[in-house]
Amino acid sequence: MPAVEETLDTVRDATQGAYKWGFETEIEMEFAPKGLDESIVRFISAKKNEPEWLLEWRLRAFEAWKGMEEPRWPAVTYPPIDYQDAYYYAAPVNKVKPKSLDEVDPELLRTYAKLGIPLKEQAILAGVEGAGEVPADGGRMPVAIDAVFDSVSVATTYKDRLEKEGIIFCAISEAVQKYPELVRKYLGTVVPHTDNFFAALNSAVFTDGSFVYIPKGVRCPMELSTYFRINAKSTGQFERTLIIADEGSTVSYLEGCTAPQRDENQLHAAVVELVALDDASIKYSTVQNWYPGDENGVGGIYNFVTKRAACRGKRSKVSWTQVETGSAITWKYPSCILQGEDSVGEFYSVAITNNHQQADTGTKMIHLGKGTRSTIVSKGISAGKGQNTYRGLVRISPKATGARNFTQCDSLLIGDLCGAHTVPYIENRCMTAKTEHEATTSRIAEDQLFYCRQRGLSQEDAVGLIVNGFCREVLKELPMEFAVEAQKLLQISLEGSVG
Amino acid sequence: MNIQTPSGNAAGFLHRYAGLAERLPGAGVEAVRRLREAAAETLAAAGLPSRRVEAWRYTDLTPVLRAEFREALTPVDEAVELPPARAERRAVFVDGRFRADLSSLDGLDAAALSDVVGDVAGRLNTVASASQPMVTLNTLLFEDGLVLDVAEGVDAGRLELLSLASGETESTIHPRHLIRLARGARLVLLETAASPSGARHLHNPVFEIEVAEAAVLTHVRVQREAAGAYHLAHLGVRVAEGGTYDGFVLNAGGRISRSETHLALLGPRATAHLNGAQLVAEGQLADTTTALDHAAPNCASRQTVKTVLSGRSRGVFQGKILVRREAQKTDGYQMNQALLLSEDAEIDSKPQLEIYADDVKCSHGATAGALDPDSLFYLRARGIPADTARAMLVRAFLQEAVEIVEDEVARDALDEAVQGWWVGHGGEAA
Repeated sequence: MPAVEETLDTVRDATQGAYKWGFETEIEMEFAPKGLDESIVRFISAKKNEPEWLLEWRLRAFEAWKGMEEPRWPAVTYPPIDYQDAYYYAAPVNKVKPKSLDEVDPELLRTYAKLGIPLKEQAILAGVEGAGEVPADGGRMPVAIDAVFDSVSVATTYKDRLEKEGIIFCAISEAVQKYPELVRKYLGTVVPHTDNFFAALNSAVFTDGSFVYIPKGVRCPMELSTYFRINAKSTGQFERTLIIADEGSTVSYLEGCTAPQRDENQLHAAVVELVALDDASIKYSTVQNWYPGDENGVGGIYNFVTKRAACRGKRSKVSWTQVETGSAITWKYPSCILQGEDSVGEFYSVAITNNHQQADTGTKMIHLGKGTRSTIVSKGISAGKGQNTYRGLVRISPKATGARNFTQCDSLLIGDLCGAHTVPYIENRCMTAKTEHEATTSRIAEDQLFYCRQRGLSQEDAVGLIVNGFCREVLKELPMEFAVEAQKLLQISLEGSVG
Repeated sequence: MNIQTPSGNAAGFLHRYAGLAERLPGAGVEAVRRLREAAAETLAAAGLPSRRVEAWRYTDLTPVLRAEFREALTPVDEAVELPPARAERRAVFVDGRFRADLSSLDGLDAAALSDVVGDVAGRLNTVASASQPMVTLNTLLFEDGLVLDVAEGVDAGRLELLSLASGETESTIHPRHLIRLARGARLVLLETAASPSGARHLHNPVFEIEVAEAAVLTHVRVQREAAGAYHLAHLGVRVAEGGTYDGFVLNAGGRISRSETHLALLGPRATAHLNGAQLVAEGQLADTTTALDHAAPNCASRQTVKTVLSGRSRGVFQGKILVRREAQKTDGYQMNQALLLSEDAEIDSKPQLEIYADDVKCSHGATAGALDPDSLFYLRARGIPADTARAMLVRAFLQEAVEIVEDEVARDALDEAVQGWWVGHGGEAA
């Protein structure tokens, strides 16, 4: 079967495909001492000038974490993590505000450029005085960006414009200072500080992240976006994101992640909490492209993330879309607690594992309210020696009358050394609820490949085309800006790899 | 091993073993003795599984562990009322003991395990894994069973296997059946487990089944024990090249019933059917758990399991399909569907695919819901009373699973059991 061999070749090529975002920015950093104990938690809290209640909360989380065990149930294997052998706080050293872009640390600017952030926004992110007032590029729909560099949010763009609408979009550390009552009201209410091992760790040592509040009846005029980047060596990144959509509001939020190429494993344990009140809608999109490690499985990010949304209001809606191409190990289950009557939860996911990557990802849809609906579409692609697991839970409580769930999980295998696994849990305790689940596993059909090749497409392009088609249902859920990036990413993960 | 004061959740069983050890079959056979001692050690150390064990997360054995069971003290020659025969040959077990006087095994190479345990000791725990809790428990206490060999190329026709509980005492019975089909052999094994209402026994059968090259075993189990009984079955099955295991399990009785099948397709072009239906009424829990291991290329597996739930009841389906790297060209299909007829019913479903080969076609589906109101309306609009309409729809739902069974006699037995259940529980469901 020559076609198969060729595919395998392209997979092999992929392993040589370079990680485009593998650069490291050398800028002056400030570190907390290596290791983790109560003093580090206090150090971080003091550094952030946090109120007493937050420090207490962190310490409670730290106490709980010490008594917890790392989860062993995911279908992933990795050597034990030494939690004392990492920095829990790393921040670019603060300087006086630069007057123009020329005065900005060129390394930082280069980073932004490599991340593909337009110049004007670069100026704002770099904190150039007055840059915030610069209008957006003519005609282009602006995207407000919050950039998180290792542990701290470095800058947020378009703040003023958003403030006119009453929208708060800033670093969570800033929100703690400026809007403590809002943060206190919602922080830890969706993902409690004792939720799981990694969430507890995050609660104790989280350093920054984004905070979003959309007031009643406001439709956020632009996409909100956060770029996360792990830069410094031996650091863990623990960001915490909190998004609150008040009654009748709408927001679309994008998250992108990259990291430098290193031969060590770095830990990323984030927590994302979403709260949607009556008639509110949150769309949360992620393109996760942390460094996946090299073709021998050396290095790469351990991406152990807890993401959960509470659809508290009637007719509220949360939609998770994720494209997971990076990380050595992904452990992530963006979930929806559907409390409000007629609330809606959606989960669209593409996960690619190549070389030695492992992904154990999926979702939980907890139906509590009447007439709640959820949709799950998961596409897993395994190549090389990758292991890809969909793990999901659909639970319908007795009170969720008329609830509805549809789940579809498809897996694509490329090469005979990888694995694709599906582990759904479906628990229905309501007679009038209806659940449907279907899953398929297959490889790229020879006849499809042949059809494409016959029409002059290269093997790589053909595979790319087919894979893009396989993922289309998910990709079309992404905001346009991200859809383009995601397709490119697939192409790269697959180009070097499958097509 | 000296079990002076057994503790842990399996203490009751270990106590009984300590008392029975010298009287159980194979007590004088070193190999059997070693297996039993190993089982005792495992149970003393690990106990029986709690819901923290992933494979048992939906089935809580606490009521079984709390029950006080005694040894079955059934007279071995008492007359027993047998259900009408479905096949010319039948093997009858009463309270776990083989009853030669009630059985007819003419022309079959069959024996009671208690008579031949010394000769077949080497076959014990080779197909069923001793690491499985229900196999461990059975190994500790098995008292009898059917040992059946069908020789090469022989079509053995139909054999009925009856497991009856007398219901006299709250006893536990642990039959161990060893069934082997040689190359090209055929057999239809029609099994019924029943007990009089009010019986509260534990029935813990273990099957070790080997299907050789091109052999075909049709195995239909009808479990309709009393609503107070516990039925915890484990089936270990191995299928060689070109062989077929065509299985169907009907779980219709018992307060807690679990039928767990671990099947391995070990040779190319082997086939497995693991179909079933569960009829669950007030106060019952029925669990169908299967683990299908595709270990050779070009094999096919088919599975359709339907569950109907009424009253305060719980249905569980756990179906895992493992496709190993060697098992290219695997064709695997699995479907499980549940029909909820009551507001207090719960269905927990965990279909699972674990795939390491790329040139495969595997899919599974799972649905759960109430009767379709449109279908009901359609029937009612044609003058069919609500109860009848419901009954028709439930029958139609189950029919899809039952009609897969090709053997007519077996299918009739299933139809009858389904009908009997509906008559017994229909009022409640309607």
